[in-house]
Amino acid sequence: MGNDVVLGLVVVTALAFDFTNGFHDTGNAMATTIATGALRPRIAVALSGVLNLVGAFLSLAVAATIASGLVDTKLVTLTVVAAGLAGAIVWNLLTWFFGIPSSSSQALIGGVIGAMLAAAGSHAVKWHSLVAKVILPAVLAPVIAVLIAATGTWLLYRISRGLTSGGRNHGFRIGQIGSASMVSLAHGTNDAQKTMGVITLALIANGTLHAGATAPFWVVLTCALAISLGTYVGGWRVIRTLGKGLMKIESPQGMAAQSSSAAVILLSASFGYALSTTHVATGSIVGTGLGKKGTDIRWNVAGRTVSGWVLTLPAAGIVGAAAYGLASAVGGSAGVIVDLLVLVAISAVIYARSRASKVNHANVNDEWTGLVTPAESQPVAAA
Amino acid sequence: MSFINLSALWKIVVFGLLAGAGLPALFAAGMLSLSRGPKTQTAGADSEAVAGGSLAGTIIAAACFLVVLAAIGWGIYEVYRIGHPAPAK
Repeated sequence: MGNDVVLGLVVVTALAFDFTNGFHDTGNAMATTIATGALRPRIAVALSGVLNLVGAFLSLAVAATIASGLVDTKLVTLTVVAAGLAGAIVWNLLTWFFGIPSSSSQALIGGVIGAMLAAAGSHAVKWHSLVAKVILPAVLAPVIAVLIAATGTWLLYRISRGLTSGGRNHGFRIGQIGSASMVSLAHGTNDAQKTMGVITLALIANGTLHAGATAPFWVVLTCALAISLGTYVGGWRVIRTLGKGLMKIESPQGMAAQSSSAAVILLSASFGYALSTTHVATGSIVGTGLGKKGTDIRWNVAGRTVSGWVLTLPAAGIVGAAAYGLASAVGGSAGVIVDLLVLVAISAVIYARSRASKVNHANVNDEWTGLVTPAESQPVAAA
Repeated sequence: MSFINLSALWKIVVFGLLAGAGLPALFAAGMLSLSRGPKTQTAGADSEAVAGGSLAGTIIAAACFLVVLAAIGWGIYEVYRIGHPAPAK
């Protein structure tokens, strides 16, 4: 059965995307915790990984999948899903390489929509839902996060004025561990569902499941494991940008930022907005900088991040559309296989490039010198 | 169909402020209360000691921390409840 082979490949690709989603987003929960020394880097990613696993099981309302609300499910084929995933993975790896905290959810949506446009044209995309459920929340969520984190930061510094600086840092580091745990849990709940939705969509497209079916248990389990493992591997480049690049973060700021992120993510999820945990986390960190007088926010890093956000939907869409074009030029199951081979090759190249300027648990907290890769790790000309 | 659900938006902002800024503020208030007492008065600025040793301060602090924990627990329960709707009868 050719289709079963293709279906298997699509499921594996979706899990690979889930894995990139995990390591791309470790920083959302743990960047500030690592930057202030509240937790050692290795412990932080392990804790976040476990809580992502728990979070993935916490809420299972995936029947209305992210993708099915945005495209016409009747027109979705396995090739569309595969091409969309390829677009999302390529964009996730590229942004990770440059240490840009961009949204994995938006990459996934962009990839699937790009492939859908190439496959069936503009009528297959629900444009109104795209604006109302994806683009507007993407603009509003970071603004709300900035507001809440700035308010929280201002309150924390005001209330804790009477404490010794040593005691204050000690106490807020404990608070940071709690609030970072909440963000990890929220991330698992929010982001693992998106891949579960995509795999369910593929199963429906293949006729394995009837339309409107919910995710089978094995899908929930494998997605939970993939995102948890990805989180544990740790996207150190993105962690560094969020924890060190945007500003020098103190422990009360870390706690304020994470509390704001956890609250906004969980509240929005309960209203059915598939918003980006990354946008919220970045907004919160900028907000906590605004909430304390005299914090030097590196606006060039923030600006680069926001341009990454604006590019994510179209860029992942273009890769998704190109992947669909390639697959349909080759045709049939072979087309999907060629697509995935190209995807593996591109991923391998990006990974190889990243080895030349390594960022890991050992140098993630090095002084920020304007680049994501710490000074000693940059390739030096032979002396 | 409109583009913005204003009622969801203001709820997210208000509850977001209460949970996202109010709870950490309560945690800070608990820490401040905990630090009341002789022990932290004599300690230097670099000391990591948080507990001051005053009984009233400790009790108020415990109350603050309990409210924070209860709110978090309730939040997690709500997420679980929304994510596992009861089967329709």
